[in-house]
Amino acid sequence: MMKKVTSRLLALSVCTALIASFGFLLLKLGNAQSERVVKITAHKFAYEPNEIHLKLGEPVILELTSKDVIHGFKIPDLGLRTDIEPGATVRLRLVPDKSGTFEFYCDNFCGVDHESMSAEIIVE
Amino acid sequence: MALTVNRRDFLKLAGIGGVVFASGLGCSSMRNGAGMSEHDDFYFVQLSDTHWGFTGPDANPDATGTLPKAVAAVNALTKQPDFIVFTGDLTHSTEDGRERRRRLGEFKEIVSALKVKDIRFMPGEHDGSLDLSKAFQEFFGPTHYTFDYKGVHFIALDNVSDPHAQLGSDQLQWLSDDLNKQNPNAKIVVFTHRPLFDLYPRWDWATADGAEAIKILQQRQNVTVFYGHIHQENHFMTGAIAHHAAKSLMFPLPAPGSQPKRTPVLWDASAPYKGLGFREVEAEVDEAKYEITEFPVVRA
Repeated sequence: MMKKVTSRLLALSVCTALIASFGFLLLKLGNAQSERVVKITAHKFAYEPNEIHLKLGEPVILELTSKDVIHGFKIPDLGLRTDIEPGATVRLRLVPDKSGTFEFYCDNFCGVDHESMSAEIIVE
Repeated sequence: MALTVNRRDFLKLAGIGGVVFASGLGCSSMRNGAGMSEHDDFYFVQLSDTHWGFTGPDANPDATGTLPKAVAAVNALTKQPDFIVFTGDLTHSTEDGRERRRRLGEFKEIVSALKVKDIRFMPGEHDGSLDLSKAFQEFFGPTHYTFDYKGVHFIALDNVSDPHAQLGSDQLQWLSDDLNKQNPNAKIVVFTHRPLFDLYPRWDWATADGAEAIKILQQRQNVTVFYGHIHQENHFMTGAIAHHAAKSLMFPLPAPGSQPKRTPVLWDASAPYKGLGFREVEAEVDEAKYEITEFPVVRA
């Protein structure tokens, strides 16, 4: 009897997890279809583009790639941070809720001019 | 009765050295009677950010001469220090592993001329962040370690070998375990390369998990931190812990956030080697007090 209950609970948990994951996936796809994608490429020792213009309140997907080594991507004022590994694409959803100029920079030591590797997001 | 003159008094009497900065919790000016100390006072020299291999005549046209001059200046001190510590960025970064080893080898050769042979080395991110300090360790051994000297427990922390500028959970645990072995009133001195606190993270002047290290260190009463990385003197308190940044021996950097980019301060031909130097730290052990005296590379 106890075994049956445990099995049912386990099945229920798996279903719940699947539904939750699927729901999240749909949400992600829905977002990806309707939201503007901003591609940012990192390489030693710059980001391209190095100036990104966003509209206040407009959700965007930042699509980050690296051409060479692992770079960091940190926007302290917006609370975003990730590594960008070569060969992988990192997608970050961002809804700018304040206007201004926000610097982002590499926080993963990547070479001799690492300290100069920064760019800006301008929210208007 | 013999009159005892400590190094700080000697420096004042002799009129040499730079500004003396007092650090520590022993704020009382009342000193123990001469010869009554539990521990002998001693002093060490901190050199930092020598960036051997750097080229940039606008910042330092004497890039290959500054380190040998600093070695000569330390050797010329009337009383030699008990030991010397280099708090990282011994060499300037290069992506070529062979060149990195060449620079580390040349650096080691130059500093072998120091009269004092008890020298402690630490990596900076320029030495170690591109190869997890593999080359550094071939020349200088472990990147984090402890040692005890005349009643003070020294801890060298490595916040550079991980390119994410962090100590990491293993090292934090190691730090915690080490402190747990110390007497509750132990006098602790920590050496790091990057600041443990958020001095100016936009310029990489922080340690990603430095707050966790400070939290561990704050459980002790007598902790002082000496670090490098920012190429200028800086003194800051986090709670009861004093943090002291040292000058570079290659090029100075601007004050935190004082300009958009973290570019070297240009060489001033009217005042060569301005902003560069090394420091002496006199430990008054019983009071957990550290007297810092800044020295230039060359005397005007």
